[in-house]
This record gives sequence, structure tokens and C-alpha cells, in this order.
Amino acid sequence: MSSIVKRRGFYYTLAIAISTLYLYLQSSNVTTSVFSIAVTFAMPLALAAMVGIMCERTGIVNIGIEGTLLLSSFVAFYSAIATKSIIIGFCIAMATGVFMSLLLALMSVTWKMDQIIAGTILNILATGLTSFFYIQGTMLPTMFKQKPIPGLSDIPFFGDVLFKHGFLMYLGFVVILTLYFALFHTSWGLRSRAVGEHPSAADTAGVSVSKLRYLNVAIAGAIGGLCGSYLVLELVGSWNRGFTAGKGFTALALMIFGRWNPLGALAAAMFFGLSQAGANQLMINGTVNIPPQFVGILPYVMTIIVLAISAGKVRPPAAEGQPYEKGQN
Amino acid sequence: MSALIEDVKATKQKYDVGSWLIPTISVLAAMFVASILMFAQGLDPILAYKSLFTTAFGSGDGIASTLGKATPLVLSGLAVTLGLRAGLFNIGVQGQLLTGALASAWAGYAITNLPPIIHISVALGFGFFFGGLVGAIAGYLKAFRGVHEVITTIMLNSIVMGIVDYLASHPFKEPDQALTRTPQIIESVRLPVFGPLPSGFAVSLFLAVMMWWVLGYTTTGFRFNSVGRNKFAAWYAGISYKRTIFFAMLFSGGIAGLGGAVETLGITYRFEPAFNLGLGFDGITIALLGRVHPIGIIPGAILIGGMRAGAANMQFDAGVAPELVDLLLAMILLFVTAPLISRFFKNSSNRALTGGWGN
Repeated sequence: MSSIVKRRGFYYTLAIAISTLYLYLQSSNVTTSVFSIAVTFAMPLALAAMVGIMCERTGIVNIGIEGTLLLSSFVAFYSAIATKSIIIGFCIAMATGVFMSLLLALMSVTWKMDQIIAGTILNILATGLTSFFYIQGTMLPTMFKQKPIPGLSDIPFFGDVLFKHGFLMYLGFVVILTLYFALFHTSWGLRSRAVGEHPSAADTAGVSVSKLRYLNVAIAGAIGGLCGSYLVLELVGSWNRGFTAGKGFTALALMIFGRWNPLGALAAAMFFGLSQAGANQLMINGTVNIPPQFVGILPYVMTIIVLAISAGKVRPPAAEGQPYEKGQN
Repeated sequence: MSALIEDVKATKQKYDVGSWLIPTISVLAAMFVASILMFAQGLDPILAYKSLFTTAFGSGDGIASTLGKATPLVLSGLAVTLGLRAGLFNIGVQGQLLTGALASAWAGYAITNLPPIIHISVALGFGFFFGGLVGAIAGYLKAFRGVHEVITTIMLNSIVMGIVDYLASHPFKEPDQALTRTPQIIESVRLPVFGPLPSGFAVSLFLAVMMWWVLGYTTTGFRFNSVGRNKFAAWYAGISYKRTIFFAMLFSGGIAGLGGAVETLGITYRFEPAFNLGLGFDGITIALLGRVHPIGIIPGAILIGGMRAGAANMQFDAGVAPELVDLLLAMILLFVTAPLISRFFKNSSNRALTGGWGN
């Protein structure tokens, strides 16, 4: 089964590469700019999917990603204004993400609550807090600026698409690659996956299930803080109610589509970002005349189609969603 | 089989209305925490609550407006309850409700030549049908394609939001009007108000009783409860898991759509995309506050309806932002589901109501 999916993925990649080359030869400037914008759309989705992967690989369902992003972007924005420093704003946002995560861990690991309801609490709590404390018409003093990486940014096409962004975008790529490596090539990763698949076996082997779940969920929160910071401090620069617009939920779908693998989710996010950037470009060109609302719902429709095709064929971590009780599994 | 019946009986007992104490303490605890926040902002919490509750419950008009606000909340709470009973977490009540609201608004202004009673039934039926349609999409994907309902319903929320926004701003738009909204529905299709009691509220009460009866005393209800409790045992007892899931989502969506229709026909008299925001998510809080019991959700819906009705006046009197209600709801949800309070009571467990992606 997996070899079929892999082969299909290969053909997708090939098709995208060929059509990209064709478009690039047709009009290099537009193609480059569409891909570059696609990367900025994709990064927050990919990072949010990493939050999900970190949690679910150790057996915690996190549907509170949306709330984590919302609250951490909110805190990043206002603390950056208050302290006049985007670095401090970024750090406080990471701390907020960790705080939200610890709340999730407390509810789902210690209190053994229903994890989907625990995540919903995070979402509703973040919505309540941010809309209560929201102040209209404030401005960010500065943002993370574009810093082309010397050398790499001179490569044709790829240099413009990947290496002409801000600090948080680069950090995001580093986090995703590190996570992939750590999850599949370190003993921490093996333990984490064991806890997500078969906690009692991991427990027998001497891994503390609760501790590892707390740790991984906390790291996930920090990644969520990075994602919120990227959105507000590097990509957009302002904050309004409902700022994250469901990215945390789309990310869950990307996580499933990417089969709980960081690189898979990154590829899925890129595909999404590309389709959105492409649709925007078609609208700007006036090539097609679709109402803007329909372009807006495109990512969600795609999420459903993608899941309807792939969901039955992928397998989530086996112990996901179940609290671990010693001696019962 | 008999073990399954015992299991379902145990579920029914656990969802008993009798456990009203934990929700009550949760609401008070949430109000206490919120009052600390108000105090920290330099506001007067006592004045704020006094204004909130006298506006909501202090006069006949206030009660009418509270019950009016509570009507769609009862229905969205029922929609969430029905889903949870069958082991489904319907976060898509918001989208189903919007669909129902728009569909009934269209039926209310575009059809003009029907007798009032039939016209009202048709408009409510439109709400139920289109809300149910959105629910059925998620139900189909869950039952036959294995896609988890939490993701599909959330995605459908956003999709519906885009589509109704398009419909209300183009084909169904009120002519010569800058705002994105439909024309007003005609006079005769509006739901009447009897003193302080809006007739839509009576409809929602009737549905709550109906659902209590169906879930508690019929074979259909037994199927829903069995699938929600243990789908393998249900399968063993010969209950079709897929069919039950599909119909549970369809009816859950239909009830949510009816909530939107009642809101349109009884309160707003037209569809405007910004009117109904947040109702669906309030439904989750209400369902859990009412211990996932169709009758149990009614007091919670009235309380939250009162908060929504009094929020604007609270801002006027005490300077507290109406979004305080959102914060209160979040804390109520936290207190009522987390074992912060229930740990002090015997016989209260927090069993998982929903499953992971694989279920």
C-alpha cells in the first residue's frame, strides 16, 4: 500500500516540476514571485502541522493548535509593541505557546480528559481572551525584515523562492528539518514514537510516558509560538480578531495528508501554498473571473478532497487520543 | 447484547439532569475569575454583573429578548448533544446554522403566495434540509471515507462562510443596498411572540423534549447511544455503524440548520453573514454544561442567552467590553469539563466522549 502512495507522490512531484519549468520558461518573473509568495503562505501551515505532529506522535490529539496560534500571535503583537522589541515579542510568544501546551498536557495527561474537548477549550479560551483584551488601531514598531542569505540567494529561481525571506522563515525551515531528523534518527524520536504507538511497551522499556508526553507537547507549543510570531511579526505586521483564520485546523489536515511525517506535511503545505498563490495570481491577471469568496474557500475545499482521498489509507499513531493508565493497556 | 444494554443504561444514568450542581458551581467559579480580571482592569465587576442580569432577566422585554437569544442556542446545543451521544464531535454547528439561516431567509422573501402556517413550515423545513445537507456531507465522509468529523466540519464551516457570503452579496442580495444582506422576509412568515415567550423558543423546547424521548426511549436512540458508547459492541449487536453515524450527522446538522432558521424567522428577519457568528461554538459549551442531556441544556442556553442579551447594556453601564461573555463561556467550559470541581463529587467521571482520528 505505501509503495503505491509513494509512487503517486513521485508522479505529483514530477508533474509539478515539469509544469513549473514550463511556466518559468514562459515568464520567469511571475513564476518566481508566485512561488516565493507560496512559500510564505506555506510556512505557517507547515509549522502548525509540526505542532500537531509533535503532539500526535506521542499520542496526544491537539485540536487546540488554532488557539495556540491565535493567542501566541496576539501576545507577540502586543508585547512587541509594549517592549518596542520584536525579539522580546517573539520570545514571549514562544512562552505563551508553551503555556497553552502545558495546559493541554495538564488536561489530557494528568487529568485524563477527553483530548478533543481539551483542545476545544484551548481554542475557545484563546478566542475569549484575545477578543476581550483586543485594542483597535495599534501599530507594530518594526517587523522582521527580508535578509537574503549571501551566496544561496544568487541561485536562479531557488535563491529567490527560498533564500530571500526573514529570520523566522529560515528558523522555521531549520525547525522542520531538525524535527524530521530527531523524530526518525535519534533515541528521543524512537521513544516518542513508541509512546504514541504502544505506551505500555514503552513504559516497560523504562520510558516515562507522562514525562515524555509533557516534554513533547511543550516543544510543540514553542513551535506554535514560532508560528504565531512568524504570522504577526514577519508576514502580516498587524493583528485583528480571528487573525489566524483556521490555519490551525488546516494544519491538522496537512498533518494527516503528510502521514504524520514532518517532510510530508511540509510538502503538503507547499502544495497548498502554491495552489493559493496560483489562484491569487490568476485573479490578478484577470485570466479567470471567479468571485473572491470562492478563491478564499479553495484551501478548505482542497483539504476535504485531499482527506477524502487519503484518510482511509493512512494510519494515525495507535495510542492517540487515549490517556495512559499503568497496568490497563 | 445484554452487556451492551447495561452499558447504554449506565450512559443514560451518567447523563442524568440530576447532576446540576457541578455546572452551577462552574458558572459561579467562571464569574468569579472574570470579576478578578475586571477588577484588574479597574472596572467594577458587581456593577457589571448587576447590569448584565437586570437587563437580561429584570423585565418582560428583557426576558423576551433573553429567550429570543436562547432559542438558537438551545438548538445548537441540541445539535452538539445529538452528535456527542453518537460519539461524534460536531464542531460544524456554526456552518450548518448559517446555511439554515440563509435558506430560510430565501424561503421567507422569495416565496410570497403561501398561507402563513404552510409558509413558516416550508421556511423552517428549508433550514432543516440545508443544515442537514451540510451535516450529511461530514457524516458521509466520516462513515464511508474514514475522514474525522472534527476536520471536515471545521473545513465546512469556512466553506459555508464563503458560499453564504457570496450568495448574500450577489444572487440573493437586497437590491440598491450597500450592505451584504438579503431582503427582509415578508410579514406573514415571521414567528409570532406571545408576551415574553417567542414562539421559536417553544419550538426549540418541543424539539428538546422530542430528542429526550427519542434518545431515551426508542430504538433509534438506542442505536445512537450504542454506537457512541462502543461501536464494536454495537456492530456485534447488528447495528450498522456507518448508517447510524451518517444519520446522526444529518440530524445534528438539520437541528443546527433549524436553529439558524428560527433565528432568521423570529429575530433578524433577514440574513446578514455577521449576525450569527459564534452561535455554533456556544452550542459546544451549552451541551457540555448541560451534561450532554437534551433537557439539561435548556437552563444553560437560557443563562448564556441572557448574557448575550445583556452584554451591550453592561458595556453602557459598567464600561465592560461585551466580549467578556466570550471569556466567561471559555472559563465555564474549562471548569465544567476539567476535574477542577467534579473531583470533589462522588460518581463523576470524565470518560472520553470522542475518539482520536482513527476512530
